[in-house]
Amino acid sequence: MLGYYAQLALRSFRRNPGLTALMVLAIALGIAVCIMTLTVYHAMSGNPIWWKNERLYAVTMDNWDPNQPYDVNNKSRPPQMTYKDTAYLFNSSIPERKEVSFTTAGVLSGGPAVTPHRIATRVTTSDFFAMFDVPFLYGSGWSAAADRPAQPLIVLSRAENEKTFGGANSVGRTLRWNDHEFRVVGVLNDWFPLPRFYDLENGPFSPSEAAFIPFGWAAEMELPVDGNTDCWRPEKVDTYKDMLASDCIWLQMWVELPDRASRERMQAFMDGYWAEQRKAGRFERPRDNRLTNVGDWLKDQKVVDSDNRVLVGLAFAFLAVCLINTVGLLLAKFLNGAPITGVRRALGASRRQVFLQHLVEVGTVCLAGSLLGLGLAAFGLRALQHMYSAARFGRPGGYQELMHLDTAALVWALLLALLATLAAGLYPAWRVGRLAPARYLKSQ
Amino acid sequence: MLRMQNVSKIYRTDLIETYALRSFSLEVNAGEFVAVTGPSGSGKTTFLNVAGLLEAFESGSYQLDGTDVHQLSDDARSRLRNERIGFIFQSFNLIPDLNIHDNVDVPLRYRRMSAKDRRERIGSALDLVGLSSRMKHMPSQLSGGQQQRVAIARAIAGDPAFLLADEPTGNLDSLMARQVMDLLEQINDLGTTILLVTHDPELARRAQRNVHLVDGQLSDFRPYEPRPVSGASAAL
Repeated sequence: MLGYYAQLALRSFRRNPGLTALMVLAIALGIAVCIMTLTVYHAMSGNPIWWKNERLYAVTMDNWDPNQPYDVNNKSRPPQMTYKDTAYLFNSSIPERKEVSFTTAGVLSGGPAVTPHRIATRVTTSDFFAMFDVPFLYGSGWSAAADRPAQPLIVLSRAENEKTFGGANSVGRTLRWNDHEFRVVGVLNDWFPLPRFYDLENGPFSPSEAAFIPFGWAAEMELPVDGNTDCWRPEKVDTYKDMLASDCIWLQMWVELPDRASRERMQAFMDGYWAEQRKAGRFERPRDNRLTNVGDWLKDQKVVDSDNRVLVGLAFAFLAVCLINTVGLLLAKFLNGAPITGVRRALGASRRQVFLQHLVEVGTVCLAGSLLGLGLAAFGLRALQHMYSAARFGRPGGYQELMHLDTAALVWALLLALLATLAAGLYPAWRVGRLAPARYLKSQ
Repeated sequence: MLRMQNVSKIYRTDLIETYALRSFSLEVNAGEFVAVTGPSGSGKTTFLNVAGLLEAFESGSYQLDGTDVHQLSDDARSRLRNERIGFIFQSFNLIPDLNIHDNVDVPLRYRRMSAKDRRERIGSALDLVGLSSRMKHMPSQLSGGQQQRVAIARAIAGDPAFLLADEPTGNLDSLMARQVMDLLEQINDLGTTILLVTHDPELARRAQRNVHLVDGQLSDFRPYEPRPVSGASAAL
């Protein structure tokens, strides 16, 4: 019977093409707005490395001013670490992997394809790539031995490799980063972790860096931080050595702890270090040493602000308005066809069959609306991508990576659209099934 | 075949209750051709709707083929209506955007018959009414008489035991009306029980039995002499 109902639905659309188009358009608009908002929200709030959520932990210690918290409004702990604390914690053998890093900038030259240009560079330790499941197109990262003493090895992003070497396998090739020769050991494949969980402090929706060099170069080349550095007390920071010894925070630290036992041991290790330091006059605030998994880290750092949630709410409200309009149009259409329904009832259709017949019609409308909505959403996201493109803003990166339909968001949005529209169509379909057929048989 | 006893049907509004049928009793035997007559508002159409399971009734009992229909679910009533009852309406009630074939197909679809069986039945029914060459025509391309013949084909395609006709000639000229009545008699002669609601004394006279309704009740007044029982129905 479903095939028959589908045929009837198509006939019904042909009978009222204008009304049908209006319903499809109403649904499509509501769904397009919802999909666009949800896509952006999902990209902004999703955990880009969810499969390692219970293994990766951001390391933080509250070394801040005893008189006031780091974030006065939210009373939260500092999101970054000092060099001296990371240096100590990094020596622990408890984590399976560990990483300390910061972002800097350098001038890359020596490639065959481009003139010297400034690139964002992450100065990090060797485990960075394995910890964060960074994909490689060519080669690999460097070994722990290359961290210190720092060896002149560099990993390029795919985009940078295309720019500098025309996309060829550049592993083994040499180029200059600032005034030093570096040998390329690896080229990343596409990697756009959004939000950029490993460094939320310096732009959660910025693209990952164009190059990566061993952490030992920080002190060796006295590399400045190209991100946020916060200090809470007056300190004499005239030299790089002063910076390393200061209580200023500028580093991100992550550890990979495979199980609860290792997590507890790492926590104990941090607390022990905290206690020693406190005795020595540091860490005057209440103890707040934390290992925070990625999901909680994104929440703690308020990656998705309340405006976005409001926007999602408004998008759903808009969808609801569209669906309510569709319910009205469906009711009008179905009640307009009541005489024919009366005839069908007289010829043996049960209420259930009439309900199902109209539900199939609703389903077809909502499928058409959903597909059109999907097309509109894709178009809208392309428009947003253009609006927020790097070229328009004159700076690299930006929000454009957010504006693509990802499969999960798409499936959820479509499911939501189908369910919402079907739910909206239930009442008109039920209502027409309850009509007394006799009333319409004389009047047709 | 059809047995109604003390059936009452009331239409209610906030202010008034109107008895459309009041303790109405009627028995119709298999193969009979019964004309139901009466003035406007006497309850003829209500009787037909109740008989055709399109409307519920407040009290009394109604048995169709030995089944007490009062207790049946909507599904069961619809199935019974689909399998045992055929309807013919004054305004034909063909579905305008279905062609003749598909209009006759409607009751068969709800019976979930195979495509082959449906094709055969549609062909036979349209043959009987002389319109098998017009299967692909749309209702709007036919005259009123032809449309009513399609409606008759639709009503008999499922081979119902019971045909309910509500003023089937009301929208036709006298020639067409006569043709439709000839067709109904032919169907009745083949064994189908027919209940015909009409205002027309001439048509009522062609039925085997007349039932006169006044204010929702049977009246003893017999305004017309029915036709003599003949053919197959005479044997019943």
